[in-house]
Amino acid sequence: MGDGALQIDGLSKRYGDVVALRDMTFDVRAGELFGFVGSNGAGKTTTMRIVLGVLAADAGDVRYDGAPLTIDTRRRIGYMPEERGLYPKMRVGEQLEYLAQLHGMDAHTARIATRVWAERLDIAHRLDDDVQTLSLGNQQRAQLAAALVHDPVVLVLDEPFSGLDPIAVDVMSDVLRERAAAGVPTVFSSHQLDLVERLCDRVGIVAAGSIVAAGTVDELRAGGESILVVDAPGAPAGWADTLPGVLSTSRDATGRTEITLARGADDQPILRAALTTGPVREFAHRRPALSQLFREVVTQQAPAEPPQQQRRRRRAKPIQDTSRPGRHGTSGRNARA
Amino acid sequence: MTHDTTAAAATSPHPVRPAVAARIEAPVTPPGSSRVLWLIVRREVTTRVRSRVFKVMTPLFVVALILGISVDALFTGGTPRLTVGLLTTEAATADALTSAGAASDLDVRAVPVTGIADAERQVRDGTLDAAVTATGRTGLTVIVKHDLDDTSRAVLTAVARQQALDTQITNLGGDPALVNATIAGAGLRVNALDPKDPHTNSRIGLGVITGILIYISLMIFGPAVAQGVIEEKSSRVVELLLATVKPWQLMAGKVVGIGAVALLQLVLYAVVGVTLGVATGVLNLPASIAASSALWSILWFLLGFAIYALLFAAAGALVSRQEDAAGVTTPIIMVIVIPYVIGLATLPGNPHSGLLAVLSVIPVTAPLIMPMLIAAGTAPAWQITLAVLLSLATIAALVRVTGRVYAGAVRHGGSRIRLTEALRAR
Repeated sequence: MGDGALQIDGLSKRYGDVVALRDMTFDVRAGELFGFVGSNGAGKTTTMRIVLGVLAADAGDVRYDGAPLTIDTRRRIGYMPEERGLYPKMRVGEQLEYLAQLHGMDAHTARIATRVWAERLDIAHRLDDDVQTLSLGNQQRAQLAAALVHDPVVLVLDEPFSGLDPIAVDVMSDVLRERAAAGVPTVFSSHQLDLVERLCDRVGIVAAGSIVAAGTVDELRAGGESILVVDAPGAPAGWADTLPGVLSTSRDATGRTEITLARGADDQPILRAALTTGPVREFAHRRPALSQLFREVVTQQAPAEPPQQQRRRRRAKPIQDTSRPGRHGTSGRNARA
Repeated sequence: MTHDTTAAAATSPHPVRPAVAARIEAPVTPPGSSRVLWLIVRREVTTRVRSRVFKVMTPLFVVALILGISVDALFTGGTPRLTVGLLTTEAATADALTSAGAASDLDVRAVPVTGIADAERQVRDGTLDAAVTATGRTGLTVIVKHDLDDTSRAVLTAVARQQALDTQITNLGGDPALVNATIAGAGLRVNALDPKDPHTNSRIGLGVITGILIYISLMIFGPAVAQGVIEEKSSRVVELLLATVKPWQLMAGKVVGIGAVALLQLVLYAVVGVTLGVATGVLNLPASIAASSALWSILWFLLGFAIYALLFAAAGALVSRQEDAAGVTTPIIMVIVIPYVIGLATLPGNPHSGLLAVLSVIPVTAPLIMPMLIAAGTAPAWQITLAVLLSLATIAALVRVTGRVYAGAVRHGGSRIRLTEALRAR
């Protein structure tokens, strides 16, 4: 294909009786920052470890630029493992140079790259110190430098924001955005959903080992219920309860009515109904935050159904990866599954 | 539920980026296997050589070696010496003393003294070991400070008796020189069917020292391999490394790197030890024997290190915390300790022991026993060849088995993994 994208295609992995991944499929396009969210144990780390070849998948493949990953293409990936790790008794600078060289840089380039990233991540003054003497925050920066130092063409970062102070979060965000802007497909997992929402071009929500929803945050929103906030001071209690498309209503502390609308329901009849009660001071859609979407999607997965059926139903839902029409191989994957 | 309209507005509406044009062509070439191995080995070597333990222990050991040999040379080294003062009137006794000394391996120096008072003074201040003040029918009169040691006593007694004999021969009209020559010519010719190596004792000593050095090196650097593997697991850096290097490269790099440091140290000890030992005469051996047994020791160290380090690496991969190391390394340590103890206990008394011969061929015990036997000179060539071949075959087999265990186990964090699980893992 040669589009510089990272494609995760139908990964499955089980540990004994525990299914860790089933048909995990998504792609991260060149120049795209992809947020990977999901509950603990949903399969994010397993997916990333398989991408890096640290773990072998039972089925499925990972492709970069249209070709399956090999040890040589994997060397071009920048990786930040969930379990942070550098040699504790090795100097930061030497360690970064060492890792850069293992990834294929010559000694000279490795030295320059180490210097550049250390300056950028504000750890240049600690290059000659052992990693174990660094504060946790600086170790985290060193870890990010280790993921970036060899000028990777793909970035896979597992929880890069966990344990960072606000300034480091800003630095990290800038770096990720900049790398993505340079054309590097960048995927990272995080539990900080507001951050993901703010930062990512697209988001994939993972539950029970597969992607249950993927797309831009707006696309994810488009599929869900929406909430109308109406401030009509003259309206009697329950004025909107029986209107078409209304799932539930409630009043907030200031007397405004919050109306949960069914997916795709028309809001104009509600506006008309509100106007008949008197003046309408406010009529607004509240855009649900990613965290809310996430809760909705994940709780919908909760019912104890056979996994097979559960997945079928999920696929039918319109919020499922709307951003990827006519994705190749979909039917083939279903047949395999 | 949060209202976050600003953040939502800030979410980019999926910017269209020129994907292909934005791809980076970084100056990166896939490194060859040998380059990766070299990088890993180099890291191991620099880390070890820079470690405090190495920097302190190595010079300390060399100093200890030099001191040990020098002290040994001072007290027991070289041929014993006796400095004897002779009154000028007794100058004729000097030759008799020297030749009698030579016969008993005693280096006798005759020094003239001017009188009894002078002799007494020099004996008292230690310049002379003894002074002969009178000769006569009843033998020699000798001044010493405290006591006369047995060898010197025997030499001086022999001189006294020779002089008495010479006087008698002359009195009987004979020629003392002729008699002495005849006596000297009559000796014993021994035809040994299986002649004893003239250096046996020195060689056994060398064997013991060799055994101790190899043992110490294996006990320092073998467990260091397990420790290094566990360090990579417990610090989780292994996850980062395995994303770019293959498990066998990581394992081989560690074994070779630590082995290289151990070898460096052992060669240093061997060169210092053999050179000083031969030069000072503490090693009462031809330099060729000392050097060849040092070379054999290094070869056997390498064979032994390969065998044990592979085992240590695989064992280390089974656990994830240094606290659990003892559980997996103890069996390997026992395999090193037991033959060492047996060898050290048996070799001095019974260098031809059948037990040692058997242990010197079994691959896991050979690296400790065989170099002792080679140094002691009690291992025939066929036995050495057989042992080397068996050890090489064992190493080849271990590379495969331990490599699989390591690769299967090294990615798994958490609790200890059973050997069978590691072998089954992909």
